[in-house]
Amino acid sequence: MSRLTIHGLNKRFESGNAQMEALHDVSLDVREGEFLMLVGPSGCGKSTLLNIIAGLEKPDSGEVRVNGAPITGPGPDRSLVFQDGALFPWLSVRKNVEFGLRQAGVPRREREDRAREALGRVGLSKFENHAIHELSGGMRQRVALARSLVLGPGIVLLDEPFSALDALTREDLYVEIQELWREQATTFIFVTHNVREAVTLGDRVVLLSARPGRVQEIFDVDILRPRHIDDVDVAREAQRISAAMKLGLHPPDEYRQEADLLHRPGLRLGDLG
Amino acid sequence: MWDPTLFPSPAQVAKTLGHLLADGSLLDATAVSLRRVLSGYAISLGIGVPLGILLARISLLEDTVGSLVAGFQSLPSICWLPLALLWFGLNDKAILFVVVMGSLVSITTAVRDGVKNLPPTYVRAARTMGTKGIRMYTDVLLPASLPAILTGAKLGWAYAWRALMSGELLFVSLGLGHLLMMGRDLADMSQVISVMLVIIALGLLTDSLIFGSLERHVRRTWGLGTA
Repeated sequence: MSRLTIHGLNKRFESGNAQMEALHDVSLDVREGEFLMLVGPSGCGKSTLLNIIAGLEKPDSGEVRVNGAPITGPGPDRSLVFQDGALFPWLSVRKNVEFGLRQAGVPRREREDRAREALGRVGLSKFENHAIHELSGGMRQRVALARSLVLGPGIVLLDEPFSALDALTREDLYVEIQELWREQATTFIFVTHNVREAVTLGDRVVLLSARPGRVQEIFDVDILRPRHIDDVDVAREAQRISAAMKLGLHPPDEYRQEADLLHRPGLRLGDLG
Repeated sequence: MWDPTLFPSPAQVAKTLGHLLADGSLLDATAVSLRRVLSGYAISLGIGVPLGILLARISLLEDTVGSLVAGFQSLPSICWLPLALLWFGLNDKAILFVVVMGSLVSITTAVRDGVKNLPPTYVRAARTMGTKGIRMYTDVLLPASLPAILTGAKLGWAYAWRALMSGELLFVSLGLGHLLMMGRDLADMSQVISVMLVIIALGLLTDSLIFGSLERHVRRTWGLGTA
């Protein structure tokens, strides 16, 4: 379990001659052991933020600290679960889970035991010797979760891990991931563009604004766990956040201007083009 | 209808093949050729695979050596023979050089392209699991590019074999190419065809026995459209 502080992050990307501001002055305190959701419209820089926390990208300014120490690069203390799982097809399911332990020089016996245990927790004990391509999408994401959790990371980063899955599989995984998070007592930082998903899983939901990404609003989700995506409370809270997101995309000023235009005498709707 | 000296009958070819086998000249020639091609091929693999991976990963290397590799690819390796003869003399080293130049470039290119096409998430995922330095190459990039390496190896083998045959036809003593050329010099087309058949048989054998089973293995573990 780790505490993460993000302070004054700025990040620009060069694309041709143009510069694109991805993140603007993002500051955030992530509490120990919380399930934090990062949501925002596409292109708001939420994946960039996650990559910076993972240490895969460097910010132009600002810093990320884990338990007070600034991060210098990627490491197994902040393992990342990718959207496509990024499992290694040349390794069996268990060897995939063992990969990080192997890099850390854990002896074979212990490695195997821990990998089996992690696979057991995601319900894939029977599949340890299978090849990756033999698994369904949902099973692959479970392996990816096991591969991260087996390292005992202080922080687990998840980059839209369920977005490529069908609805039913996703619902199962919502239940399982809440369970895993509770058992592990680890900080989860989960990126998604799905507000319902965010409310279902998160203790807090951080809403990032459209490009450049900045923290628009933070929502506390006080709904009893385990939550289900179809819960009324979840739906209601999601609606509130969605409304805020839309407001961020189309500030009231714009609405007012449009409204003013509409009320100008002699102007027909067609003129607005 | 056909002149039997130019178009020997299958029976005639079979007979000559029998003679060549009986007096040992065919086996000796095959052994010499195989030894040459294998040593050249081994050198090409040993240099080409690491070079291909490095070219794909290090842009400085790609900008310098990479364009050189691309240039050499359009040069049939037998064009190196005159230079090789001057550098190494009339011996096996010269032919080895030609074989290496023939297969090295194709192996390097295939491996480089394969590594370049790898999903970038492999490296990113490995980095978040603590992979650093040389282990990124040995534990991730090398196994990840196995299908590409296999393609390169197959291609390299074909090029090595072609380079060797051209070299042996042109000058180098012993070997299958030389035996074929002797047939020509003696106006014995049945010997020419016999040697051609042996070359085809060797090619088919390596393809199905070695590369075939390797490929099946890789396709099975990776789940690449098993046939």
